[in-house]
Amino acid sequence: MSDLKSMTIGALKAALQEGEASAQEVVEQLLTVVEEDAGRVGAFLSLDKDSVREQASVCDEVRGAGNDKKLLGIPISIKDLINVKGDPCTCSSHILEGYVAPYDATVIRKLREAGAILFGRVNMDEFAMGSSTENAALGVTSNPWRLDHVPGGSSGGSAAAVSADHTIASLGSDTGGSIRQPAAFCGCVGLKPTYGRVSRYGLTAFASSLDQIGPITKNVWDAALLLEVISGEDERDATSLREPVPSYTKALEQTTSLEGVTLGLPREYFVEGMDPEVEEAVRNAVEQCRALGAEIVDVSLPHAKYAISVYYIIATAEASANLARFDGIRYGMRVDGADPAALYAKTRASGLGDEVKRRIILGTYVLSSGYYDAYYKKAQRVQQCIRNDFESVFKECDALIAPVTPTPAYRKGEKTDDPLKMYLDDILTTSVNLAGNCALSLPCGFSSDGLPIGLQLIGNHLDEENILSIAHLYEQHTDWHKRKPEFLS
Amino acid sequence: MKQYEATIGLETHVMQQTRTKMFCGCLRVYGADANTHVCPVCVGYPGAMPVLNRKAIELCCKAGMLLGCSINRLSRWDRKNYFYPDMAKNYQITQADDPLCLGGKLEVEVDGVTKVFDIERIHQEENAAKNIHAAGASLVDYNRAGTALMEIVSTPCMHSAEDALAYMTAIKQIMQYGGISACDQEKGEMRSDVNISVRPVGQSELGAKVEIKNMNSFAFIKEAIEYEVDRQISVLEQGGTIDQETRGYDAERGETFVQRSKEDAHDYRYFPEPDLLPLTLTEEEMEAWRSELPELPAQRRARYVEELGLPAYDAAVLTADKATSDWFEAVLPYSSKAKPISNFMMGEMQRLLTEKEITIEACKMMPEALAKLVDLIDQGVISNSAGKQVFEILFDEGGTPESIIEAKGLAQVSDDCALEQWADTAIAENPKPVEEYKAGNPASINFLMGQVMKASRGKANPGAVMQLLKQKLDG
Ligand SMILES: [Zn+2]
Repeated sequence: MSDLKSMTIGALKAALQEGEASAQEVVEQLLTVVEEDAGRVGAFLSLDKDSVREQASVCDEVRGAGNDKKLLGIPISIKDLINVKGDPCTCSSHILEGYVAPYDATVIRKLREAGAILFGRVNMDEFAMGSSTENAALGVTSNPWRLDHVPGGSSGGSAAAVSADHTIASLGSDTGGSIRQPAAFCGCVGLKPTYGRVSRYGLTAFASSLDQIGPITKNVWDAALLLEVISGEDERDATSLREPVPSYTKALEQTTSLEGVTLGLPREYFVEGMDPEVEEAVRNAVEQCRALGAEIVDVSLPHAKYAISVYYIIATAEASANLARFDGIRYGMRVDGADPAALYAKTRASGLGDEVKRRIILGTYVLSSGYYDAYYKKAQRVQQCIRNDFESVFKECDALIAPVTPTPAYRKGEKTDDPLKMYLDDILTTSVNLAGNCALSLPCGFSSDGLPIGLQLIGNHLDEENILSIAHLYEQHTDWHKRKPEFLS
Repeated sequence: MKQYEATIGLETHVMQQTRTKMFCGCLRVYGADANTHVCPVCVGYPGAMPVLNRKAIELCCKAGMLLGCSINRLSRWDRKNYFYPDMAKNYQITQADDPLCLGGKLEVEVDGVTKVFDIERIHQEENAAKNIHAAGASLVDYNRAGTALMEIVSTPCMHSAEDALAYMTAIKQIMQYGGISACDQEKGEMRSDVNISVRPVGQSELGAKVEIKNMNSFAFIKEAIEYEVDRQISVLEQGGTIDQETRGYDAERGETFVQRSKEDAHDYRYFPEPDLLPLTLTEEEMEAWRSELPELPAQRRARYVEELGLPAYDAAVLTADKATSDWFEAVLPYSSKAKPISNFMMGEMQRLLTEKEITIEACKMMPEALAKLVDLIDQGVISNSAGKQVFEILFDEGGTPESIIEAKGLAQVSDDCALEQWADTAIAENPKPVEEYKAGNPASINFLMGQVMKASRGKANPGAVMQLLKQKLDG
């Protein structure tokens, strides 16, 4: 039998359509490798084999009856903060142990309607707070390229599962880089859509004004297809955008050159202390784009240097309210107390991890009376400046080209004792969330240690078509995405 | 001795009569089994998001229009953070700096004096769940959680319990008239937080404010204000100071007591609700709402006096609650005899409603039946006393007055032969009153009259009888 588990969505779709493979064969291959993995990569938090097999056999029946759908029979793994009816949704936190989601998130409904197989729940930093998937209460995930390295975060499980061929594609969420950074660390394609492009209904909120669900895939075409399926206005999410969803796959198939495309190179994104191998890989990618016909211009985003500070004020403020509902009253874990206040305190003290507590305390502080103006209000004003920066550069260029992270993946434990150092991982990604733009990460090289390096393409509002097309063309002319982690061979 | 002046402001919470809740599709139902009208949104499940109920916005704006507020074309949503089991998300979605309605006025009569009370703002928010403290356990019923609730905030413009009561009564009337809320206080549809301070007369700044929270009975609010004003004055008189604090009212003891001191006051950490966009209203929708505004009680009272010629007293009684007034309005197309109708409504109708403990909507009588009844009495078809009997039957069973009169044989007899017979019998059998009448005592004729009415079992037309008796005795 052919190797189905390492296929892209595109290749697998063709194989299924041609009758060369069945959905049941695909999931059996995947179930076998996940089982054999025995926690070495450890991407999954839960994987209900019966449910997966049942879904696969339904898909094969549907196809047998002569039907096809965009994702019919394609296994997709779900970050464990998206609600799937009847499934646990732990957010990698003890506090949600025992919680079973009573409803489907909108993206899950759309995946089901498109015929996808929901293939297990993947690991993450607790409540998406972290950049290494080390703040995970329920399991450890490793970088498939070097198992003693982190997969990035917070969607570390999503990226590791895709990169290790433990799934075909996955959904992650990006609040400050949580899709793009693990995609870069694991050598995948990761897309953070424009804020509002994808419904957040059913996504356990970390920072509501910044969160977006997006795809993590093996190549750009897959990301385009998955985005096409999950995007669109949703009456259950008041912040979702009304604009119609274009056919992203069609857009990239039509792009054959970068002639007439202007790419901006933001000087603030080549930060001090950046790994020279990362810088070299990104600069090579820039040259490749130039060779493909793009015009490269230097641009400046002068407020980029404040992004981390602004991000950690706005995101933690919203998180302090969003996470208040985890109180032990209605669902999840409970530690009893003499009165409600004691019950809350005991439940939250034992149910939430250190990083989550740190951010709740920070967020509570910046909203407190007497501090609100100095922190939250001011952060909002600087956020507006960051938005304006993007607005003005997009007047002169079609997309920005930049690194995703200052370094490739690092060793486990290297930053766990220093939260501030960990926060700096997000330095090149948070601006985009603060401005609401779309951005993606795709492989553009490898370090001498054999670790993947990511290239970031940042697009204007609702300009996913453009960055996907550029990324696709670049991908067509490079082989980085075809490499597989060594341990797989 | 110093003179003191009390200053009172009210924050009145009104539950709007929307079909569904404020931010989800759950029905707003009172008295259902606990937790049967809940969903991921109103119980604060992970990932659930609020969706605005446009009907609630309409009702809040209409309330604002009726109270003379200006409506904000752009209003915003905020989160108010506090931990309590009645608030599923542990924050409430409300409006802080940019509410729907700003600045309004309420003209009220207090003890015969017309006063104008200022309204600072009206904002839209969501209701809390209901906590039930059973033996050894605390339970939460989320049926009420997330229902539409608006808060009408007055300025500190009132100075007595009577002011506050008149203000709340007027608010309640207007909410009912506007179809905004039934304001059923027993169901908690109207509750007020009362802010009270006291200062020496002549002092410009207000005294320290004491808040009495969550009161729904008008009677208790009155008692609580009176108690609290007295308490604050006596503290000041004894050289003490008033602490800014939150107090509760113990109705059994008739006293207020400290609930929360200033040091324990919540820091609600308001910040913009990121799950909802700012709310923009169009000129067209506001115009449409404005055109649907109903006549208010004050306007109705004026019309009853000026156009229907009713006494001011009648107009006030008839408009005191909207249901009664609407019923009266429904009679008007069928009759021009406003005063006799008003008499029935203030008299028999009120008596029967109280006696049978039902609301006017539950009475079986049709408005046109009352109009007909008044006509029949006016035409002398039945007597006043028979009219009351017919009214009660209409009230209980419905139907038309004609069929009841027919069935019960209540029509007055004006037929000459029958009357003549009864009159002759009465004169023949009662020589003494006849003597007295002829001797110049006109009141004695009333006895004979009574005899005739008795003989006719109340059906004789009293006017005709009197005329006939006089004819016979004087002749
Ligand atoms: Zn609900």
